[in-house]
Amino acid sequence: MMRKVMVMLALAGFAFALLPLAFTAGVVTEPGALASAYLQDSPKDFAAANVVTAIVVSYRGFDTLGEVAVLFAATAGVGALLTRKRLGLGHAEEPKTEATEILMTATGLLTGLLVMFGVYIFMHGHLTPGGGFQGGVVIATAVLLNLLSSPRSHLAHGVMTAVESLSGAAYVGLGLLGAFLAYGFLDPRALPLGELGRLVSAGAIPLIYSAIGLKVGAELSAILEALKGDRA
Amino acid sequence: MLIDVAILAIGVFMIITAIAAMATKSLLVSILLSGGVSLAASVVFLLMGAPDVAMTEAAIGSGLTTVVFLYSLARSKQHDHEDSSESVEKPVEGIGGAV
Repeated sequence: MMRKVMVMLALAGFAFALLPLAFTAGVVTEPGALASAYLQDSPKDFAAANVVTAIVVSYRGFDTLGEVAVLFAATAGVGALLTRKRLGLGHAEEPKTEATEILMTATGLLTGLLVMFGVYIFMHGHLTPGGGFQGGVVIATAVLLNLLSSPRSHLAHGVMTAVESLSGAAYVGLGLLGAFLAYGFLDPRALPLGELGRLVSAGAIPLIYSAIGLKVGAELSAILEALKGDRA
Repeated sequence: MLIDVAILAIGVFMIITAIAAMATKSLLVSILLSGGVSLAASVVFLLMGAPDVAMTEAAIGSGLTTVVFLYSLARSKQHDHEDSSESVEKPVEGIGGAV
């Protein structure tokens, strides 16, 4: 009883603290000064049709590098904690139940499509909505389907490690290229910008987003495999 | 106008689903309901004109997060059932690229 009253009081306090925001909230019809500057300049500066990608990869590129580093740290933590030895499961478990035929057939049909869709999302990040993070998650979904449909299979850890570290190194390498050939670290104008709206355009943005996509996909797949719980 | 009504309706659905997720006794139902909240949120993002946020919410919020919670639920139940003191050091077979 007492606890419920305290929770109610805390919620009421939050509501009171946030009340002024509710009065100032409304629909913004005109973008602010910074937003209009982004909307006007990003096609000119980077030849990127998708303004969100131009902001994420170039104007705020350093933040994105930080996000990727955070995701890497999280994956490393999960991988270090969820090993069989730490969980106290010394030996291989009894054979798990097989997946149903529906799941296995659907997995066979969907895996290729999902991987292709993920690659499409991160390669076209500068043209259409989405980018490296979304594409990477879609690829991890394909891996998840395969882990579910064949419970005894394992990811090839060597390949995952190679993809993850090579794409991370490529990301930082492209950033350094921007520092030497253009105006600063992670400046995509190190490569020729090309024509607005073409697949090969926007300088290094497609390459950077592809590296991010591969890295995120490999990391999330590794997390899922670690959670599956029969890792050595 | 129609979009505003749709967003409001989905918002009400989200609130009800979230309260149901907190109120239910079963952890499994709670996980599935919070996945449903995320799915509705991704539809709201799509209606508000943010397709990339919608994509992220649908894939991470309602897809991967639900799976991670389900895996950990299964893991905690498994941990309850078996005696975790018997840990035999033995190499594990089956480390190959089978996916």
